Amino acid sequence: MLTVNTVGRVFPGGIEALRDTSLRMDETDFIALLGPSGCGKSTLLRLIAGLDQPDSGRLDWDGGAPVPGDIGFVFQDATLLPWSTAEDNVFLPLRLRGMTRAEAMPLVHAALHRVGLAGFETARPRALSGGMRMRVSIARALVTKPRLLLMDEPFAALDEFTRHKLQADLLEVWKQAGCTVVFVTHSIYEAAFLARRIVLMTPRPGKIAAEIASSLQPVAETRLDPAYAALVTEISRAMAAALA
Amino acid sequence: MKWAPALFGLLALALWQAAVWIEHVPVYVLPGPLAIVGAFAADPVGLLTALASTLLVTFAALFVAAVLGGAMAVAMSASRLAQAAIQPWAVALQVTPLPAIAPLIIIWVGDPFVALVVCATIVAFFPLFANTASGLASAPPELDDLFRLYGARRWQTMALLRLPAALPYFLSGLRISGGLALVGAVVAELVAGSGGFASGLAYRILEASFRLEMPRMFAALVLLAIAGIVLNFGLGAVGRMILRRRGVA
Ligand SMILES: Nc1ncnc2c1ncn2[C@@H]1O[C@H](COP(=O)(O)OP(=O)(O)O)[C@@H](O)[C@H]1O
Ligand SMILES: [Mg+2]
Repeated sequence: MLTVNTVGRVFPGGIEALRDTSLRMDETDFIALLGPSGCGKSTLLRLIAGLDQPDSGRLDWDGGAPVPGDIGFVFQDATLLPWSTAEDNVFLPLRLRGMTRAEAMPLVHAALHRVGLAGFETARPRALSGGMRMRVSIARALVTKPRLLLMDEPFAALDEFTRHKLQADLLEVWKQAGCTVVFVTHSIYEAAFLARRIVLMTPRPGKIAAEIASSLQPVAETRLDPAYAALVTEISRAMAAALA
Repeated sequence: MKWAPALFGLLALALWQAAVWIEHVPVYVLPGPLAIVGAFAADPVGLLTALASTLLVTFAALFVAAVLGGAMAVAMSASRLAQAAIQPWAVALQVTPLPAIAPLIIIWVGDPFVALVVCATIVAFFPLFANTASGLASAPPELDDLFRLYGARRWQTMALLRLPAALPYFLSGLRISGGLALVGAVVAELVAGSGGFASGLAYRILEASFRLEMPRMFAALVLLAIAGIVLNFGLGAVGRMILRRRGVA
């Protein structure tokens, strides 16, 4: 779907956030970008989203550059409009492309249903828990049926129980939606549980250091599988080697 | 606890009245609370009509300041050129003391009512303008990114993100400016004197002080203070109600 080709990004002030970063993403991939904070994960995600431009290198899209709606983005905070209900927040991407409410509502309700929020359509963000707000944010990203879903540490601010539930539910959403997911995290456990491909990044300058493939089943029970613990060990060892 | 301010106020009034009686303070130096109430009771219609006139100027000025301040903040948020052009003038307007320019304005603007409204607007303008401007810029940058990701037009970002984000800021600006508009109206009336509109409460205060009718002067002052308090709390309540209905307060 997308090839990131020797991309570099230097911020004003001389911080080299990315150097010679190359990564290929295929249809239905689930990639975790894993690395310590400050290694350029968010920068890479923003470049892919088109929110920032690389100083060197290219992004090559199979089948043409993406149009609005092809890419969904989930931030660390839910970033909902506090004055809008859950359904109006999910309606936003469709509204911005000129769809009417009546046209959009079936899609909006389907997206809310898919993230387990049926019945909360008219709730305001204030009335929802952190986990539910994140679910609204994911529904908003899914409502345009994106080819690529970018997620930047979306569960980092949630408590462990909520996080486990959302991780498991995200796997179900991903299997149903059939889109490519690039998931930024600094948690080895999260990367091992979720991703098919775990891409390790190291800082100063941000670079891709290694990639590890996962053969775990993308289901909730995987957390109890000894193979999961083995994968966590393998990633930890690779990360230690990359940072050494 | 709830009654503490009222009790304290009553106690202070009682002490004031007692002091005036015991010390035999002449009424033209300091009238007691009873004399002030008496002065109000002697001409309630006259004083309340004067209050209405001052409030008319206040609300007209508040309305104009809200429209102008809001519109200029939006223009500034929409264009860097507008920002560069407007900002220094807004600040200049804010730091200019009203009593210094009020006489000029009263001379230039022939109509006394309009002149008073212009003066009060100048005082009320800045909080509305500055609050709205910071409210328009208050949305988190991720939401800006989100709107860009979905190819939002500038007017869409303004209508669906910036304006709603600015509303609480605008409303708190309105509350501050309400009190300032009242002060501006009074100052302008005082400067204008008999050459002005000559019907507001400030003019009644001037008139009473010339005639050494101290109780009447105090009655007018008390009315003014009450009007200011009611205005402040009223605008605060209206703001809270609007925000509650939008689910953000
Ligand atoms: N807009 C920016 N301007 C200047 N420096 C930035 C900017 N964004 C990120 N950086 C710097 O680039 C580096 C990588 O940042 P980031 O991609 O956010 O890291 P990560 O998401 O992996 O924690 C950091 O050193 C950060 O301070
Ligand atoms: Mg980051």
